[in-house]
Amino acid sequence: MSNSTDTDDKAAEIRRLMATEGSAIEENTKGFNEKRKQAVTGLENYEELRTRAREIKEDAIDRLPELIEDLRASIEENGGHLYLADDAADANRYVREVVAEENADRVVKSKSMTTEELDVNDALEADGIDVVETDLGEWVVQLADETPSHLIAPAIHRSRESIADLFAETFDPEDPPETADELTGFARERLGELIRDADVGMTGANFVTADTGTMALVTSEGNARKCAVTPDTHIAVAGVEKVVPSTDDLSPFLELLARSGTGQDLTAYVSLLTPPVDSPTLDFDDDETPLSERDSDREFHLVLVDNGRMAMREDDQLRETLYCIRCGQCSNSCANFQHVGGHGFGGETYSGGIGTGWEAGVEGLDTAAEFNDLCTGCSRCVNGCPTKIDIPWINTVVRDRVNRGEAPEGTDFLVEGLTPDEEPGGLDIDKRLFGNFETLAKLGSATAPVSNWLADTAPARWALERVAGVDTRRDLPEFERETLVDWFDRRASTVPDPTREVVLYPDVYTNHVQVERGKAAVRALEALGVSVRVPSVPSSGRAPLSQGMIATAEDHAHDVYGRLAEHIDAGRDVVVIEPSDLAMFDREYERFLPEASVERLQAHSYEIMEYVYGLLENGADAAALRGGDEAVAYHAHCQQRTLGLDAHTVTVLEDLGYDVVTSDVECCGMAGSFGYKSDYYDLSMDVGDDLAEQFTATDTRDREVVASGTSCLEQLDALLSRRPTHPIQLVAPR
Amino acid sequence: MATTTTTLSTFEDALDSLGVDCTRTTVEAFATTLDGIVRDPAVGVPLPFNIEYPESVAVDPTAADLERAATGVTPASLGVANYGSVLLPSTADGTEPVSLYPELHVPVVRASDVVPGLPEAIDHFGEVAGDRAESTIVATGPSATADMGALVLGAHGPETVHVVMLDE
Repeated sequence: MSNSTDTDDKAAEIRRLMATEGSAIEENTKGFNEKRKQAVTGLENYEELRTRAREIKEDAIDRLPELIEDLRASIEENGGHLYLADDAADANRYVREVVAEENADRVVKSKSMTTEELDVNDALEADGIDVVETDLGEWVVQLADETPSHLIAPAIHRSRESIADLFAETFDPEDPPETADELTGFARERLGELIRDADVGMTGANFVTADTGTMALVTSEGNARKCAVTPDTHIAVAGVEKVVPSTDDLSPFLELLARSGTGQDLTAYVSLLTPPVDSPTLDFDDDETPLSERDSDREFHLVLVDNGRMAMREDDQLRETLYCIRCGQCSNSCANFQHVGGHGFGGETYSGGIGTGWEAGVEGLDTAAEFNDLCTGCSRCVNGCPTKIDIPWINTVVRDRVNRGEAPEGTDFLVEGLTPDEEPGGLDIDKRLFGNFETLAKLGSATAPVSNWLADTAPARWALERVAGVDTRRDLPEFERETLVDWFDRRASTVPDPTREVVLYPDVYTNHVQVERGKAAVRALEALGVSVRVPSVPSSGRAPLSQGMIATAEDHAHDVYGRLAEHIDAGRDVVVIEPSDLAMFDREYERFLPEASVERLQAHSYEIMEYVYGLLENGADAAALRGGDEAVAYHAHCQQRTLGLDAHTVTVLEDLGYDVVTSDVECCGMAGSFGYKSDYYDLSMDVGDDLAEQFTATDTRDREVVASGTSCLEQLDALLSRRPTHPIQLVAPR
Repeated sequence: MATTTTTLSTFEDALDSLGVDCTRTTVEAFATTLDGIVRDPAVGVPLPFNIEYPESVAVDPTAADLERAATGVTPASLGVANYGSVLLPSTADGTEPVSLYPELHVPVVRASDVVPGLPEAIDHFGEVAGDRAESTIVATGPSATADMGALVLGAHGPETVHVVMLDE
């Protein structure tokens, strides 16, 4: 549970990382992210490739034991060795034995996250072996005795200046290198000497094909090529999930990997090695023998590592993690990652959104729990994942398991108590508070305005922070005495001959706090000739889901569907104001409801401005809405953008005459309850600053600010002096 | 293999955008063309095409020659038009190290061996990987790193690539 010491430590660590590593991380990840967007836009069959990549991974993981045996046969036929290691200790023992047999003094390595996971360097160094990382970024991390801060760019947290300082301190060179060219030259020269006389080369593998025993290594610097062929012995280390059936399966991954990661079309080198390779062995002191006359007597060992992966394969929720090809897209596109990097948003080895799944499967829940809260479920990583992994869902599942503090796939709990949820007794108070926001809101409205006065008193805020981790610097939501549903009940419908019938979904915030935007939605819809109903419907389950309370969220899904199904059958459309609730219907409900039910709900649900857009397209009279030539600055909601629904708002506003500028930041930083929590307040505000900057620039600072999401509106309210509104309030007749 | 003119111009455009020079030549003009491209000292792997190396290139070098070389000339089994890639087979006479160690790499690819896209190239590779356990490098532009704070060409591998496209 939250206690103030833990919170101080966590908040302080996040502040430290933002101050020391934040700016380098931010510049690099945002650069990668922008280049990725451009690169995939230029790829005509991008979605087709993603679908194919997903299919290949699903099939490969499904048939993994059989594929590993095929691979063993292929590798042995080629003259190499395959070792299937149960865990890190087993893998390291095998590697040490091979290295000892070669009487090796030095092992040169190319970048491999799997060897990071195993701590193979420590194991070899304990035997007195000189282990040298030859990827330039990885070498920097090794020299500084740090850990990689990103899946594909290990030293992304360091600026050029800090690398120059590190080289100067470590080597004390006569003419210290300073520019990127000089630093690269310095590293190349030193590492070249070390590779030249190395006894064993160690690499990872991005993909391994069972049919031919070929490994694909995706690199740029050329060090992996050198490590694989300069020493006579090559050890490749890879997780078992890297096995794919055939060389025919490689091209979709190769076409997606670099684009998704750094935004390059292809990296400089894709090594397709079917070892032992035919290349001649290299002895640079040999001035006699032409290369063609040297032997190619090479040793090759592939160490395939289980280390929890086979159990992940059996785990219906974590299995998808094994489809990850480690491109780093979910780190680059993540607003929180962009500000703290992998040293904060990461575990023992793996970082970013998918890092949670890896750490939970490989290390355990405790390690995953340390950073899992940094995923806000905003879903900005979802559409860019090359194998279509539902990364927010994996984070939610891990949070649920952490809450339950028990092994995966446990029995469902049913706890009767003060909080009407389905969660275990040990759940953190902050999570229980935010997860049961609906109950709180009902109580808040029933006792408003007294509840608002009381909640805002100093002792109450102090208690909220101490007990539930709610940061005192945040304004609390003010509950309206009259809910939207109550207001609507008291009024008569004013549409005589409606074109359509609508059920306006009264999400918790619209119903209890932002009641005005609900009223505006009713007025706008009625003005466009639509008959509106606002029945009492339970909250979508977004709040409990965001706290990892999956069983509670699922209960909400059943209740919401039960309350809406009859309306849908009666031909009514469901219109939703809060994008995160529509996203629940569209994404997470697929996990909770029968396929036919969720399809029916999805087919008849619309975001409010999407619906207005549809009405106008179908002949409704735009003059019924409030047009204007005002200049507005619009921030779409993260989940709304994932669903591709931001353009509708912009189009409607522009068609009504407004001059619209849109933000292009990934996230406002608030993300539901995230920004309220003392642990994350500073990070939330730091992320929000990106949006604030965009909306206080010369051409935006005088614009009226509109935003679609509740959280975004609250965050913008905190960030700007102007009070933001929902777009429906801008266009609805008064 | 029928390689169309469109495929070849796509290949040339892709190389151009990678900053890779491409010189097209004939069997007869090959030696003179190559002579104008290589930097001394230059080493080369025997080419499986019907051409002669110029005097300036030491064919089938020792490892020590290779370490001293400024240029490495190697065959490329295929070109990939849309990416500007070349496939460098790991042959027993050293295509892999000769294409990797010197600062300038000159891959020689037959115009008729340029395929439109990566899937076609991987198809070809799949056949030889299965039958003969072959290895190959798909090389796209010079070696590069961004780990030192800015993009630098020439990390551990060649800093410059100059493709020679051969009409047979």
